[in-house]
Amino acid sequence: MKLLDLVRPNCIVAELTSTDRNGVIRELVQVLGDAKLIQTSAIDGIVRSIVTRERTRGTTGFGKGVAVPHAKVEGLGQIVAAIGRSSAGVDFASLDGQPVHIVFLIVSPVDQPDEHLRAMDLIFRHLQQERFRKFLRQLDTTERIYDVLKEADEKTLVA
Amino acid sequence: MGARVVVEREIPIPNKEGLHFRPIMQFVDIAQRFHAGVTVHCEDRRADGRSPMEMLMLVATHGTKVRVVAEGADAQACIEALAGLVESGFGEL
Repeated sequence: MKLLDLVRPNCIVAELTSTDRNGVIRELVQVLGDAKLIQTSAIDGIVRSIVTRERTRGTTGFGKGVAVPHAKVEGLGQIVAAIGRSSAGVDFASLDGQPVHIVFLIVSPVDQPDEHLRAMDLIFRHLQQERFRKFLRQLDTTERIYDVLKEADEKTLVA
Repeated sequence: MGARVVVEREIPIPNKEGLHFRPIMQFVDIAQRFHAGVTVHCEDRRADGRSPMEMLMLVATHGTKVRVVAEGADAQACIEALAGLVESGFGEL
């Protein structure tokens, strides 16, 4: 599994329009809908599910300026993800209290929990590297972000 | 300064979704309440029980056995609390 298996080029938002958590979640789910990776009719339900989980089961803003909001949905063929960048930063009620600049939003099929863990593992393996986080945070075009993902994929030794 | 106590416990992951994001946050939250250091092993991988990132990289799927090792004066209480959490399936059973 590679980052670009999860994130299509048209699911990268180099500058998020939204400035609050719920808005960012909606914006990124909408991007997945526009890319036809999830059904348009499912958008509202997915947004609600992610927002509710952020609020009631704890933030996915685990620190270092990154958040990974996610949900599992029925009837999806494969895991899909969108990346959004906010230069101003968004309040995700993060564990370290810092604003979030990089959002990895992940939607997984409900019947593939093991694949979901593998996808999270992959994403975290990269996010753990400061250089990767720094690049994502600084790059201001979709193309540049795509290139960083591609470069990260090529250097990764998949276990 | 208490005595150096090392306690370990092997526990299968009982919930269907495995050790995913929220269970990990619960685990880390409990581990941080103790002075004991916590290491979690899953197959040939190893994680600091206080680091959400490292814990996610364990990829501990449903049915996988994890070995939790606590080391420190309050290791026994720490392992009881953590084992209780894992065995309860993180409230997802």
